[in-house]
Amino acid sequence: MTSAAATAATAAAAAENHGFLSPTGVEIAFLLVGLVTLGAAVITVTTRQLVHAALWLVVALGGLAVEYLLLTAEFIAWVQVLIYVGSVVVLLLFGLMLTRAPIGRSPDADSGNRPLALAVALAAAAALVWVVVDAFRTTVIDLDGAAQGSTGVTGSVLFRHWVLPFEALSVLLLAALVGAIVLSRKTAKGTPAPEGDR
Amino acid sequence: MNDALDVALRLVIVFAVFLVLPLVIGQTEHKVMAHMQGRLGPMYAGGFHGWAQLVADGVKFAQKEDIVPADADRRVFQLAPAIALLPYLLVLVAIPIGPGEGAVGEVVDAGIFFVLAIMGISVLGSLMAGWASANKFSLLGGLRTAAQLLAYELPMLLAAASVAMAAGTVSLPGIVDEFEWWWLPWQIVGALVFFVAGLAELQRPPFDMPVADSEIIFGAYTEYTGLRFALFLLAEYAGIVVLCGLTTVLFLGGWHGPWGAEGLGWVWTLLKTAVLAFVVIWLRVSYPRLREDQLQKLAWTTLVPLALAQIALTGIVKVAIN
Repeated sequence: MTSAAATAATAAAAAENHGFLSPTGVEIAFLLVGLVTLGAAVITVTTRQLVHAALWLVVALGGLAVEYLLLTAEFIAWVQVLIYVGSVVVLLLFGLMLTRAPIGRSPDADSGNRPLALAVALAAAAALVWVVVDAFRTTVIDLDGAAQGSTGVTGSVLFRHWVLPFEALSVLLLAALVGAIVLSRKTAKGTPAPEGDR
Repeated sequence: MNDALDVALRLVIVFAVFLVLPLVIGQTEHKVMAHMQGRLGPMYAGGFHGWAQLVADGVKFAQKEDIVPADADRRVFQLAPAIALLPYLLVLVAIPIGPGEGAVGEVVDAGIFFVLAIMGISVLGSLMAGWASANKFSLLGGLRTAAQLLAYELPMLLAAASVAMAAGTVSLPGIVDEFEWWWLPWQIVGALVFFVAGLAELQRPPFDMPVADSEIIFGAYTEYTGLRFALFLLAEYAGIVVLCGLTTVLFLGGWHGPWGAEGLGWVWTLLKTAVLAFVVIWLRVSYPRLREDQLQKLAWTTLVPLALAQIALTGIVKVAIN
């Protein structure tokens, strides 16, 4: 009886300290959303219906955004929705509709690279997990003060400590952009070449 | 328990606004368009100047048979209207109409990002509808929707970034708190770019290429009937509410006015939103539809450079002030 009361008291205290959801509640939600995300991702790569794959990708990317939210990284979560769900998937669907988007199954939607793709995916996952575990093994993260991952903290960290990588990345993206334009113009020039002078 | 009650009450109010304001704008559109074209518009439903016309329309839509084409992808087809409509409800939660905590559904720390990110999702509804209908006109409509969104998302984001730079915050109430009257001439280019790009994202005339009725019937919504069609229409009008509300909050100072900013701030917000909604309707009756190439050209060669110039101007003035 007393132990039950004590548990209730600690639970109440924990709820008081951590706001609306108790820590275990957040963890449970994180796990469930993670399972949904994983399931959607698996369906994305296994379904034979092309457009359905793109739509399941929306679920997977949205689930990832919810995970960021649960980790209090609000800014990253909204950027994830803005860039991936709002733009990348729309671009993907646009490409699919422009080329070939049959309703129903496409039996030829399998390239035969399945084992290789699985190996690459597993290797990438292992590398990521190893890097994260190795990087944060002994790090203690200070939970007091402004929440890590809030817009203000992310902004000041990005533009104070990581300015150089940030700028390097933007130059890299610019180079990719210019490269894409060069490639697309090359094919445009090459197509009428047989009929023209050169 | 009190917190839960507070949250529930806010959500109920936001939901009521979400249901009422789009209908008010729809009815205003009926009447304003009619008078601009020398007609009377709806006059009978409800008695006084046909005020209940949209209610009657709603009843009519609810009675119609809900048809899914035989070749359509059933689940995607049926899900599409919800995907188109719900994001606007979520966005409405974050738009502040008055000063203080009491006049916004929920304060979102990264408000601008939240609002623009969620608004972008609703286009997925049109894409799903266009693809799943198994109709070539619908597919064309879906394609045009996607092309339009990809072109106009960028200037909209850049214009919003400019005002966030000016305010030094990305929270919507924070931006209105920082507002001064001289922001109006300072950010006017950004405001125009934001409003025009928003109109294009909503596919309102003159940017209604994706639903061009004289070419592709009704674009992505051709195969829809009954309640699902009504949901798409509701999404369009809810989109007008959200766009006008956002333009008000970001560029027109929200609840700030010559007087009464404390108690009557929400009246200013609603008034500015209503004026912008009138402009949206006005544009519909005054401008012809833009062709697809004109649409793309306007976005990439006019709006994007203007938005970038606005960001440069904002940066320069900001540094000069500091």
